[in-house]
Amino acid sequence: MLDDTDRRILRQMQSDPAMAVSEIAERCGLRAATVSRRIERLRDGDILRGHRVDIDWQKLGYSVEVSLRFTLDKTQPRAFDEFLAGARQIPEVVAIQTFLGRVDVRLSVIATDIADYQRLYRDKILTLPHIAELEALMHVATIKTAETLPL
Amino acid sequence: MTVDPLDLAILRELSQDASQTAGQIGEKLGLSQPATWRRIKRLSDAGVLAGRRLELNAEALGFGVVVFLGIKLATKGRVSLEDFERAVTAIPEVQTVQHVLGLYDYRLRVVARDLSDFERVLRRRVMTLPGVGNVEANVLLSEERRLGPLG
Repeated sequence: MLDDTDRRILRQMQSDPAMAVSEIAERCGLRAATVSRRIERLRDGDILRGHRVDIDWQKLGYSVEVSLRFTLDKTQPRAFDEFLAGARQIPEVVAIQTFLGRVDVRLSVIATDIADYQRLYRDKILTLPHIAELEALMHVATIKTAETLPL
Repeated sequence: MTVDPLDLAILRELSQDASQTAGQIGEKLGLSQPATWRRIKRLSDAGVLAGRRLELNAEALGFGVVVFLGIKLATKGRVSLEDFERAVTAIPEVQTVQHVLGLYDYRLRVVARDLSDFERVLRRRVMTLPGVGNVEANVLLSEERRLGPLG
């Protein structure tokens, strides 16, 4: 089970994933060996799963990002499976999420410009199976992207 | 920035497993460790590699629910947008804030311990934000990050 010391260590690691063990130890008022041992235990317990890199698609020339929110035709029993299988084939899709709510599935898609987006939308998105409704949210700016947990 | 196929291959390797060292990636791609390291540094300096994040097992840490909120502001104008953005980014349970164009003005990713904890965040924190109008909530069921154009 997790205690306050584990949480303190994880808070430091969340704020700077590259922080050295010695630095974490100093900030938490612990010995480095203690921090190492606890990090090891958090890894073994599948609490700490490692690192992930963030890619800034805009810097790679994809200046358009759109959230496409779909409601699927649920009278078709295989609607979800077939829709998701189709979406996985589209290289411009960078994330797929499924929901409980008015929206069934959301796709994050990127495109180099509006003309590219229009092509993608017509040729690859609108041809996906079992779409009942579809709406688009165009990203203007990302104000916060922490994805940290309030530990 | 302009990238070549080797840069894209490095990005793909890091997206799949961020724990790999420059030496390990270089070996797979037939590049020397220093050459791979220099390319990674160049991608980081240009902001394409926007950073590393800690991957935590949210459920094991007691955060079982992720809800996406679409928020329409009731009053518009420059001042109200700034007030809203400042207040919303300060909520610890709000992981991401995106300014969007379409049906909603903002898209929020909110993490909570369970649905009643989410209700608390929604009522006490989100609904009391300056200028909030219509709010739509969708509970996340599953999430897949795709390699996108790197795949």
